[in-house]
Amino acid sequence: MKRQKLQELQVAALENGTVIDHIPSSKLFHVVHLLRLEEMTSAITIGYNLKSAKMGTKAIIKVSDKFFTDEELNRLALVTPNVTLCIIRNYEVVEKKQVRLPQDIENLVKCSNPKCITNNEPMHTRFTVVDAEAGIIKCRYCNHEEEFDRIKLL
Amino acid sequence: MSTASLITLAGYSREKLEYLIKMAAEFEKHPNRKILEGKVAATLFFEPSTRTRLSFETAANRLGARVIGFADPKITSGTKGEILKDTIMMVSNYADVIIMRHFLEGAALYASEVSPVPIINAGDGANQHPSQTMLDLYTIYQSQGTLDNLNIYLVGDLKYGRTVHSLLAAMRHFNPYFHFIAPDELAMPEPYRKYCDENGIRYVEHKDFNADTIADADILYMTRVQKERFSDLLEYEKVKDEYLLKKEMLTKVRSNMKILHPLPRVNEIEYSIDDTSHAYYFQQARNGLYARQALICDALGITLEDIRNDKTIIL
Repeated sequence: MKRQKLQELQVAALENGTVIDHIPSSKLFHVVHLLRLEEMTSAITIGYNLKSAKMGTKAIIKVSDKFFTDEELNRLALVTPNVTLCIIRNYEVVEKKQVRLPQDIENLVKCSNPKCITNNEPMHTRFTVVDAEAGIIKCRYCNHEEEFDRIKLL
Repeated sequence: MSTASLITLAGYSREKLEYLIKMAAEFEKHPNRKILEGKVAATLFFEPSTRTRLSFETAANRLGARVIGFADPKITSGTKGEILKDTIMMVSNYADVIIMRHFLEGAALYASEVSPVPIINAGDGANQHPSQTMLDLYTIYQSQGTLDNLNIYLVGDLKYGRTVHSLLAAMRHFNPYFHFIAPDELAMPEPYRKYCDENGIRYVEHKDFNADTIADADILYMTRVQKERFSDLLEYEKVKDEYLLKKEMLTKVRSNMKILHPLPRVNEIEYSIDDTSHAYYFQQARNGLYARQALICDALGITLEDIRNDKTIIL
């Protein structure tokens, strides 16, 4: 019990905002990028390479006074489908959310086909999910398929 | 997005394909009309393709439309750095339909998203070339009297051959039995074989190409085996003559068997075959005209009924 408490204290508590937990350490910077955290002005605490019984090491992000939309959070499904999302109000967890892979993915992923129009024209990329379990998405424009593990984010 | 744009036939239903075939058949009966009088069609060829362009321009001209456009990207502003969207927006002020060929994949779909007038995809890189598929379907129908239950043999480059890939998808409604005949380096790629499995399309693969393997064919679809596709030139030298269709190989074929080829042919069909009843590739090229007339009319909202009641036929 005490040990559990100590673990939680590895990063500061949050009054209001969003906690994104159980991020694989290697994916932390993807999450930062996908949620555009670098553009935010509110206080953000990032824990990196924390010990985790389940995962070995993990990362955690606490964003003060920010409540993401489902659309924003669902972006994470591409790289970190198993993160835990907690909405905090007045130091209490008021809601837990799962990320869900959207059917259409707009302007998040770069198409790896150099001959695709999206790499040659100022425009949004669009992908549709072909196989969520196998982790395959397809470019709507050139029909090129990408694997989640190898995607490049815009 | 203009709903009348034609980007790919992949999602078309059996009914829609049959409808377009009926339309093409009307144009075969009477190719010269004034049904598009007063319309302007633009042909924008960001990549040169003389055959496809001539075929589309003839289709529009024979229906009374006027044609504007460019055949060579060197003379457009694209080389000055103009983006595709700007070219499309500019031309859509002038034309009622835009027929475009582009070297980039997905260019036609993107153009259709920004254009207020319908776009007809005349080829986007290695991606789609629906008017070729449409003319292939029409030719198969015309030569066999049906599209159902045919034995279709695809020969040569099945790896990079865009036309054969599109044909697989378009034929899926008609219970075909495909035979894939190709060297290892150019075999039908795994995603397309998987596509066949998922869609219940029967197929068998062969490496041999001789009188016995093609004896049961209704359609023999030949494609070019191109030297530049081989990483190993020795391999090319070895196989290039193995996939040449020789007249002596036709001794066991069915009497209804027709040979198709998207043209240009280089070294795939012996010239002496041209005089046999099986040669059908020049007819196929002519069908490109009727198929494209149908596609242009469909894009402009002209229906089969309009065409059947058309009073502008020039006899």
